[in-house]
Amino acid sequence: MPKPITILKAALFVAALVPFGLLVWGYHTDDLTANPGDYITDQTGDWTLGTLFASLCVTPLRKLTGWNDLIKLRRMLGLFAFFYVTLHLLTWIVFVNYFDVPSMVADVFKRPFITIGMATFVILFLLAITSNRWSIRKLGRKWGSLHRLVYLAAIGGVIHFWWLVKADITLPRRWAVAFGVLLTARAWWWYQKRRVPVRPRGTALGKA
Amino acid sequence: MLIKKAADIPSSEITPKSVYLRRREFLQAGSAAVAGAGLVAAGWNLWGGDAHAQGGGLPKLPNVKKSPLSTTEEPSAYQYVTSYNNFYEFAPGAGDGPKKNSGKFKATPWTIEVDGLCNKPGKYQLEDFIKPFTLEERIYRFRCVEAWSFVIPWVGIPLSEFIKRAEPQGSAKFIEMTTLVDRSRFPMQSTDLLEWPYKEGLRLDEANHPLTILAVGLYGEVLPAQNGAPIRLVVPWKYGFKGVKSIVKIRFVDKQPINTWQAMARNEYGFYANVNPMVDHPRWSQARERRLPSFIPNHPTQMFNGYADQVQGLYAGMDLKRNF
Repeated sequence: MPKPITILKAALFVAALVPFGLLVWGYHTDDLTANPGDYITDQTGDWTLGTLFASLCVTPLRKLTGWNDLIKLRRMLGLFAFFYVTLHLLTWIVFVNYFDVPSMVADVFKRPFITIGMATFVILFLLAITSNRWSIRKLGRKWGSLHRLVYLAAIGGVIHFWWLVKADITLPRRWAVAFGVLLTARAWWWYQKRRVPVRPRGTALGKA
Repeated sequence: MLIKKAADIPSSEITPKSVYLRRREFLQAGSAAVAGAGLVAAGWNLWGGDAHAQGGGLPKLPNVKKSPLSTTEEPSAYQYVTSYNNFYEFAPGAGDGPKKNSGKFKATPWTIEVDGLCNKPGKYQLEDFIKPFTLEERIYRFRCVEAWSFVIPWVGIPLSEFIKRAEPQGSAKFIEMTTLVDRSRFPMQSTDLLEWPYKEGLRLDEANHPLTILAVGLYGEVLPAQNGAPIRLVVPWKYGFKGVKSIVKIRFVDKQPINTWQAMARNEYGFYANVNPMVDHPRWSQARERRLPSFIPNHPTQMFNGYADQVQGLYAGMDLKRNF
């Protein structure tokens, strides 16, 4: 019998591939609307935020449940965020710009929502290529600092979405709240941890 | 190089999606006979170019006259024109939301109110409003501000003929049109997605231009709800959002109206909204468009959506970058 975390990891792996599978299936059945380029761009953008959110849920869940094995899910979920953001970038290159390099370069500098989207991609790219054991060993303490950029990626992703919608801010607002809760929880824990040394007596809160 | 190539494919050479769909049909049927029939049907659809064979089974409009103002371009497939729409009263954003959410919409009875600076104000039932005029088919390019486009065979009346009958006064310089407000028929009007009612306006000379029509149908049939039933404005050289849908009020005014999208975001949407490949939307380029269905931009956008010869005189001496 495999360990529960192994089963959960396998299930999450399959679940995280479902949105991609639905796009492939939709292409097959011609069910991606008359404007499939836009549809796929929207979907891959949504699921970048979705998988990024899931990866940022791991640590809070671990703290709340005490189930430390959950940490084994984090890299996989983070890599799925990179998978979807890469597809999202490709849709922009192919479906929006059709390989028009000058126009893409101009847009990165000219349009703030693309500037911030591209910056977010660069962060996720850096995190993905340093997510292996070798990089963790090599970077040592710096690895942790580097990977805290994921919070910037989350904020960048939400701002990117917020700035691109025309009128209906329902969805970006929802993501802002969701990520806001996660980031606030972290800020709170960080604050608690910092407070410990000035307490008269060390407490359980001081544990890493 | 690839870019050039994509832009240079004439629309007539792009396989309509309906043909592609038929390919699927016969693949599924899996018999040579059906395949043959499918090919013949597909070929007919592609080369026959008969848009009137399409339709959605809605009531046909009688006595529709052809017009020399129609484009010779192949109309887009009915199924796409009626399932990919922007109609915020039904759903936010472009897609099949408007079609899916328009189930409770009823276009009868329908009253249109004409008022403002004219000698013949009044309230009309839709049938009476239309009756004095001859219906014409106008096959126009339709360019959305979101960089996608169709070719649509509208059925309608020239707005100028209605204006003549309403007898605008000398002080009337603009015309303003308003969409119905009814939360039971338009579900999104219960939200503050846009400022309701949706309003649009034209300069009176734009409204009087022979290309400007009030459409009551497409593909020879009455308009489906998601396309603006029962009557909407069509101004083919302007971005689609100028084409106010489900009109209940037409007003002659002396001041330039503030149209809904201008009120929502005045740095992104102006009063004129003429199709212009040289003036970008702040968030995307308007140089190219996707003639749907298409994954990629497959069409260069033309000045005034290809109607420059007919309409550029209206804007002589105007700075089109400022008056976007």
